[in-house]
Amino acid sequence: MKKKYSIFSLAKNALSGHKEWPKMWRSPEPREFYDVIIIGGGGHGLGTAYYLAKEHGLKNIALIEKGWLGGGNTGRNTTIIRSNYLWDDSAHLYEHSLKLWENLSSELNYNVMFSQRGVMNLAHNEHDIKEIKRRVSANNLNGIDSFWLSKEEIQKKVPIMNTDNLRYPVLGASYQPRGGVARHDAIAWGFAMRADEMGVDIIQNCEAHQIRTKNGTIEGVETSKGFLRANKIGVVASGHTGVLAESAGIRLPLQSKPLQALVSEPIKPIIDTVVMSSAVHAYVSQSDKGELVIGAGTDSYNSFTQRGGFNIIEDTIRAMVELYPVFGKMKMLRQWGGIVDICPDASPIISKCDIDGLFFNCGWGTGGFKATPGSANVFAHTIAKNEPHQINSAFNLDRFASGRLVDEHGAAAVAH
Amino acid sequence: MLIINCPYCGPRDQSEFSNGGEAHVKRPDGSKEIGDREWGEYVFIRANPKGLFYERWVHTHGCRKWFNCVRDTSTDEILVTYKLDEKKPNLNNFKSVVKTPSGEPEVGSGNFTVEK
Repeated sequence: MKKKYSIFSLAKNALSGHKEWPKMWRSPEPREFYDVIIIGGGGHGLGTAYYLAKEHGLKNIALIEKGWLGGGNTGRNTTIIRSNYLWDDSAHLYEHSLKLWENLSSELNYNVMFSQRGVMNLAHNEHDIKEIKRRVSANNLNGIDSFWLSKEEIQKKVPIMNTDNLRYPVLGASYQPRGGVARHDAIAWGFAMRADEMGVDIIQNCEAHQIRTKNGTIEGVETSKGFLRANKIGVVASGHTGVLAESAGIRLPLQSKPLQALVSEPIKPIIDTVVMSSAVHAYVSQSDKGELVIGAGTDSYNSFTQRGGFNIIEDTIRAMVELYPVFGKMKMLRQWGGIVDICPDASPIISKCDIDGLFFNCGWGTGGFKATPGSANVFAHTIAKNEPHQINSAFNLDRFASGRLVDEHGAAAVAH
Repeated sequence: MLIINCPYCGPRDQSEFSNGGEAHVKRPDGSKEIGDREWGEYVFIRANPKGLFYERWVHTHGCRKWFNCVRDTSTDEILVTYKLDEKKPNLNNFKSVVKTPSGEPEVGSGNFTVEK
């Protein structure tokens, strides 16, 4: 039955003390065979299952997740959404995603709390100014809302920012008004609920151990709940994608590193936009609860410890306090790390591979959350049709042989 | 934060070092014969194991020498560091604590980062 959320359902359930809310999804035991198995129950994986069922009419789909839904990087990021990337390929992919975000709450009838409060990327030196102005022009040519803000305009929007009295003064910024933040859990839960309603088996606490292949074709996956046969498998396991690929004999150009974030104690509204700075490496937004959500960087070495080095957050906090002296006496509540898989060109891989029926959606590195619906949408297309959607055709595995990289390192507004 | 035993200077704080990625990567032979794909693999693909990993470090803010290391990427425990001209240690000499692909060590990740 389709679950509907409205002011009336809220009132009705309030009367019964919120004890009668129906379960959002079933917890079925796995069947022996599926047409498609998605490995990874984060936003990208759940979205893929949702679009496979909704847009491609597939019925026999399973999604397996080693822990709980959205418990990996979906629940460990700073939820920033924007599409102001430099290269056409990236701009089209992220803009596709941003357009889906804009309609997602009503499409899912579930509030993903997408708040288009604008995203600012600061320039701190002459080179930043040139790069950012170039990117703004590239965005405009791609029909993406993006413009240059002078220092005075920044001061007006974010009066608490220290623009002058610091080592790397703020000289201007790019601004994308349609960018913003969304609720990370809600996107996972919304996709999960609607995918489940269309018959997708969402199986939690089911770890994928090994992908089995035979004569270059997919056979299935060994899991902690037994062997599941499948015609097609989509791997969306972020930091662990490389480990699973290895089990199928595929080497991917990925390196896994912890990426950290932290939140402060809640305070009254003080910053109503998202401000990012690549040069001094600090970015911040304020959650609806009032906590400052602060993004730090990755460790310099490969690691699977979901924790990260202390020196990384130390650097970020130093930059934060310099940029916003008013935050100097605040206390941090929580800190966490998620394992991200980084590609040599800092662009994702949404691609088939040498093995028939095996698909990868990985390499999102430090900026995958914003792409959740778009990535899921084109990955579902790739799996269903056995060929990429026009939007993700550039993000194939062949680019590491052909040399046609989508080199977003430093070129985009990427903060890492 | 790691404490890294530089084979030349002894144990020092991680902030003095820079990581150099996978160690013992060999440039392919027969550069005229091999195709784009082999070159692509050599240029772009590096091992990324969860568990025992051969890697390089350089003591940037110290003796500035490069050296190799075996580290368990599931715990960050550094098992041995050795000079570039030393033979690479056999991984069977070490125990990896990861039992399943996404498994976590019992002690909790990150707890090996200080010297035992």
